Amino acid sequence: MAAGSTYTPLATQTLGSAAASVTFSSISGAYTDLVLVVSEFNSAATDTSFVFQVGNGSIDTGSNYSATEIGGNGSAAFSDRASNSTVGYLNGPGIGTSTTAPNTYAMHFMNYSNTTTYKTVLVRGGSAAGNTVALVNLWRSTSAINTIKINQAVNNMATGSTFTLYGIAAA
Amino acid sequence: MLNSLIGIIASSGGVAASTTAYDSIATATVGSGGASTITFSSIPQTYTHLQVRSIARENTGAGTSINDLLVRFNSDSGANYRYHYIRGNGTAASAGTAGSQTYAWALGTSQAGSTASVFTGNVLDILDYTNTNKYTTTRSLSGTDFNGSGILDFISNLWLNTAAITSITITTGGNNFAQYSSFALYGIKGA
Repeated sequence: MAAGSTYTPLATQTLGSAAASVTFSSISGAYTDLVLVVSEFNSAATDTSFVFQVGNGSIDTGSNYSATEIGGNGSAAFSDRASNSTVGYLNGPGIGTSTTAPNTYAMHFMNYSNTTTYKTVLVRGGSAAGNTVALVNLWRSTSAINTIKINQAVNNMATGSTFTLYGIAAA
Repeated sequence: MLNSLIGIIASSGGVAASTTAYDSIATATVGSGGASTITFSSIPQTYTHLQVRSIARENTGAGTSINDLLVRFNSDSGANYRYHYIRGNGTAASAGTAGSQTYAWALGTSQAGSTASVFTGNVLDILDYTNTNKYTTTRSLSGTDFNGSGILDFISNLWLNTAAITSITITTGGNNFAQYSSFALYGIKGA
């Protein structure tokens, strides 16, 4: 088998002004996994959570998401979960109130284009002002993912926030 | 059927020279007959780090939650592995360690009796795997969510051996992998 370039940048969005959400649509199904790298700033000093939704053709807004989180907030380690949620999570409540410290995450959409399994999304990241976290998310659908939407639960995302989507192709 | 008897051997023989930084080396996807073992053999020594990305589920056994996967390097089944972990179960965080292990606990799998269609997600990094002057370390993130229960593990492993890694074997410790389980091996180059 031939080796080749397998970590391919698919799209980058950089916010030129504050925005409520960022959406990647019409994502190619030609890869095995997707990795979404997020470097985002709060637009307001309100502590909130950072969430996502996915879909095939349109965003799934049903209660089809769940997540298990582990993290540390500088004082203690914690673990929590969300069940039958309408969103998946990059970070539960606790990202902090700073508008200058970045919230950075790497999201791994495992085997995102198959149509036989529910989809698992691993997240590693945190807020420089709030916590460090890792999460496993489940989207209870066997549909391939070709649309991803990212947003904060309350705040807009600030100017200069960046979102880069990569495709990883297996041999 | 063949896979259920002998497992899947994903050899990297014949990998073409590449100038890219992150290459696919080999992939094993489990077919309808299941598989007991995943083996990556003849791993090229031309990269700096390796990464294994997988989704995994068992189709035999009685468990209803998750199971550890047994990862061995160069077929070493001696008591030469040590791990540390932190775990979140949705309620509390915990941590632990163990030495003199006969395998690296670096990956996980959902069990046959767990919620249908749920596969554990794994990303395993094997660092500096060709260096023969130090023991080999790994780090991994493994997570399974069942909508109401779930486990997320951060794990580091130490293989007490200075040999370069030329093969990786992954088993469930007695059960079979379910169809659609997939293990992909990648090589990451240094400058």
